[in-house]
Amino acid sequence: MKQLTHFLEGFGSAVQLLFQSARFVGTLPRQRARFIDQCYLIGYTTLPIVAILCFFMGSVLALQSGYSMENFGAKQFIGSLVGLSFARELGPVIVAILVAGRVGSAITAELASMKVYQEVDALVTMNIPPARILVLPRLAAVLVMMPVLAIIGNLIGWFGGAVVCKYVESIAIEPEAYFSALRRYMKFKDVGTGLMKAEIFGFVVVLICCSIGLNTRGGPREIGASVTKAVVVSLISILVLDYFVTKALM
Amino acid sequence: MNPPIHRNPITAVESPAVGVTIDGLTKNFGTFQALKNVSFTVEPGEIFVLMGPSGSGKSVLLKHIVGLEAATAGRVLINGQDATAEHTLERIRIALVFQAGALFNSLSVYDNLALYPREHRFGDEATIRDKVMRALQILSLENSARKFPSELSGGMRKRVAIARALVMEPQLMLYDEPTSELDPVMSATISEIIATLKDEYHVTTIVVSHDRELALGIADRVGILMGGELVFLGPPASLRQPADPLIADFFHPRIDLKNPRFKTLET
Repeated sequence: MKQLTHFLEGFGSAVQLLFQSARFVGTLPRQRARFIDQCYLIGYTTLPIVAILCFFMGSVLALQSGYSMENFGAKQFIGSLVGLSFARELGPVIVAILVAGRVGSAITAELASMKVYQEVDALVTMNIPPARILVLPRLAAVLVMMPVLAIIGNLIGWFGGAVVCKYVESIAIEPEAYFSALRRYMKFKDVGTGLMKAEIFGFVVVLICCSIGLNTRGGPREIGASVTKAVVVSLISILVLDYFVTKALM
Repeated sequence: MNPPIHRNPITAVESPAVGVTIDGLTKNFGTFQALKNVSFTVEPGEIFVLMGPSGSGKSVLLKHIVGLEAATAGRVLINGQDATAEHTLERIRIALVFQAGALFNSLSVYDNLALYPREHRFGDEATIRDKVMRALQILSLENSARKFPSELSGGMRKRVAIARALVMEPQLMLYDEPTSELDPVMSATISEIIATLKDEYHVTTIVVSHDRELALGIADRVGILMGGELVFLGPPASLRQPADPLIADFFHPRIDLKNPRFKTLET
């Protein structure tokens, strides 16, 4: 019962924060510097880890599917399998998980620290709503950067699959055949669905992390607890949302 | 009578000093009663020092004035307006100097001061720069403009926090333990700054402090909170030889190894 109350409180405060931030959308042009700063943090600094993980996920997917599909002579479809899996599912989920782990944890740590050391209270007394300068630029930045990260993640994942298909002897599919299969069975809608999912996951992750950070109470120990909580709640939310969003977009 | 209108020396903006009324303020945290029906008034342009032992509810009261806490019962009025109402902070400029400064650690000293005027669009960057540099000059911090809070000493952090408050052109200045953790000389300096700012800016000033010298030196009136109750309200002169033994024990404590205070802690 107590955990349910905590969950509902957390959900409520995240929704409240969303509405508070939405009130200040008109101030975004004035907050260009903060927005660009957040785009850099969310997009550019996450890119290397997205690239490495997506490359190897694409490689493993091609390796595993090559091994299985060889048994019933369907190796030529590996390209479409890797392409569709990445575009519709793996790309957005991997990127969202990385954003939760890398960016979300940093956001929570920063905001929780500001809360604990009364910087957030100082903003309130200065009549500068924290939702306006701490939350809104991050939400706007994640909306812009998530599709970019997801597209790059998809391309690198597909490329990872192509490398494995060419150089692993038991598969031995030329890149032309691999990408031809990928193009043949994939529609624009598949990529669009994945980008939509990435957008939703990223937005929810940043909202959760901001909300948990700003609701931190206590001392330095609670900063660490908030970071852990934010990452765990974000990961669970991604996977739960994944099911419902996938079903809704089918 | 209308409150006196004065010009802010930094901005030349006319700012009427504001009065504060604490009316039957009660605050409960669960079963713990932090404030018990506290009532008093701070006149416009006055320096009011609120004293009391640790945990007596001084900082909680300050948070109510600035709208960071909601009262369980009673109310805080600033110029007749409810302190918790959203529009009060928009209409009345209240600056709170936090005990630890609450400086924005990721911003330089200059940007800490410039944040408020930038967000509230006080003018172009040149105008804001003038205001910020003037506030830094008043507090002898002009050489620290490019430093970050982590590079400053405790006394400098307090002065930066006061400078940041000053840039807000406040009508009401609140200080939470401004001289805590400072050496006696720096404590005296901060006390002098508070008194000078009040004289020059004519802002209403409320100081929460344990510092006896500060209270006797700069206060127009003093209030003493004990256990969430206001047990004294009057001019600082009457605290030199208080009649109430409880207040005398708080204000003029003597170190005595057989002191019953220590025995009380032991039990």
